[in-house]
Amino acid sequence: MTTTLSRRALLAAGALLAAPAPLRAQAGMRLVVVGGGFGGASAANFARRTYPDVQVTLVEPQRSFVTCPYGNLLLGGERQIGQITHSYDGLRARGVTVIHDRASGIDAAAKSVRLAGGQALSHDRLILSPGIALRWGAVEGYDQAAAETIPHAWIPADGAQTLLLRRQLEAMPDGGVVGLAIPGNPFRCPPGPYERISMIAHYLKRHKPRAKILALDAKEGFSKQGLFQDGWRALYGDMIEWVPGNRDGKVVKVDVRERVLETEFGTRHKVDVANVIPPQTAAALATEAGLANETGWVPVNTRTFEARAAPGIHVIGDANIPGPMPKSGFVANTTAKQAVASAVALHRGQPVPEALYFNTCYSHVGTEYGISVVNIFRPNADGTAIAEVPNSGGISPRGDLPEQRRQEALYADAWYDSITRSMFA
Amino acid sequence: MRLKALPGLMLALGVAGLPGVAAAQAPLAAEGCLGCHGPDGRGAAGAAPIAGRDRAEMVAIMLAFRANERPGTIMGRIARGYTEAEIAAVAEHFSKVAP
Ligand SMILES: Cc1cc2nc3c(=O)[nH]c(=O)nc-3n(C[C@H](O)[C@H](O)[C@H](O)COP(=O)(O)OP(=O)(O)OC[C@H]3O[C@@H](n4cnc5c(N)ncnc54)[C@H](O)[C@@H]3O)c2cc1C
Repeated sequence: MTTTLSRRALLAAGALLAAPAPLRAQAGMRLVVVGGGFGGASAANFARRTYPDVQVTLVEPQRSFVTCPYGNLLLGGERQIGQITHSYDGLRARGVTVIHDRASGIDAAAKSVRLAGGQALSHDRLILSPGIALRWGAVEGYDQAAAETIPHAWIPADGAQTLLLRRQLEAMPDGGVVGLAIPGNPFRCPPGPYERISMIAHYLKRHKPRAKILALDAKEGFSKQGLFQDGWRALYGDMIEWVPGNRDGKVVKVDVRERVLETEFGTRHKVDVANVIPPQTAAALATEAGLANETGWVPVNTRTFEARAAPGIHVIGDANIPGPMPKSGFVANTTAKQAVASAVALHRGQPVPEALYFNTCYSHVGTEYGISVVNIFRPNADGTAIAEVPNSGGISPRGDLPEQRRQEALYADAWYDSITRSMFA
Repeated sequence: MRLKALPGLMLALGVAGLPGVAAAQAPLAAEGCLGCHGPDGRGAAGAAPIAGRDRAEMVAIMLAFRANERPGTIMGRIARGYTEAEIAAVAEHFSKVAP
């Protein structure tokens, strides 16, 4: 595969100029990764571990990364912000060039990414994992300004949103009501809102036992529903009320000043602390580059993760819509590896490797009470579809199984530790 | 021990002998394990190390999980997603990683 280099890239390529073209392409493939979260950091780390000759540049505006996973434990009082914040120094030590800037545009034909700071990064292959954007205004009255008062805490950025929600829970009087607005599918982390409900209940049970949680949901059902509801009844009695979409659970309007969540049929729920998780799309970078379709998400080749609209640009993580795979950190991590392996193979003119994607989403329901869902997926041969492996995966068994729950809570901690090390160590 | 009593199948499984499974793929299939079992499979608080385990033993354990013959909280659900060839490739891979 030959590489057309722009003048700027030629200047930047420095010492590599002396090498003949095919050798240069082999020895110094330039991989640019945009977004240093679950997909991007995993991709950069895996690329350096597996292909030492590939030059990896990671573009991420945040100086450190606060994870969504375990943010709910912070709300529950079980973690501090420092324990869910990760530095990019480990990636630098692996030889990744980390640039703290925002990608502002993509020139697919020129194979170049523009940064807000003015720099342009030429590359042989591009991997995007910019995550999600919140659809401001999709819930009437809920915009960026409203989020300063009523947090979403669904994109952690510098952690301020999660900390704001935590402070509001702490400030709430006993007997108060915490209201959550939960969106329809698809959205980031299907079990996430229900783990959040659990962890808020975990906190309230200890500190504000007369408080209530009102979960207003646009959906009729949710991930690991039976397991969550078993746990809620066992641990928190009647503290949690979950209202499904078909019982007027869908929040369509928010009155920020009055802290009122208004549902489809006009019921106005006045609450003391509100958490609105708005509907979502792929992050702005992906939409503005024309990679998303009418769903707001980026359709991809399910083997290579190249965007349908732009082969050569691999889109991983929550921004894409890879068939039935959930928008989870584990999926972002496992598909990041396949995307890197595919990018390298395609660049070298080799066949794309066989693929197998994993997801294990643990949720903490209470102290020593973990539950999980496992999925294993395979793409079809031409990358047009993806399917779960028959008879594999599934959710934790139901029933009174304290040892199983205790084990899974431990495994969840092992997962968090392992996955973040595979990204940042 | 029950594991030893498993069919001799696992002994027959070898990466090289399996059509369609290149050794180079083992790291990709094995990468999924790293999501919980720590860097290079060396373990994490709460998850057993898998690096440096005997290949045949690991194949036996995974096949037992797959067949629902070994009690587990989660590994049965995972093992059923792998083919026997992938189990062999993954076991081969981790057997060569220093514990
Ligand atoms: C409360 C909660 C709990 C969760 N718990 C779990 C869990 O237990 N297990 C699990 O597997 N998943 C969990 N998830 C889901 C998981 O967080 C996401 O699926 C994962 O973060 C997706 O990875 P990503 O790379 O797509 O996005 P992110 O991890 O959000 O990373 C995107 C990065 O891109 C950067 N970026 C955006 N735009 C640009 C740009 N223009 N230029 C440069 N950089 C840019 C952002 O700053 C960000 O750092 C949870 C989510 C939430 C909200």
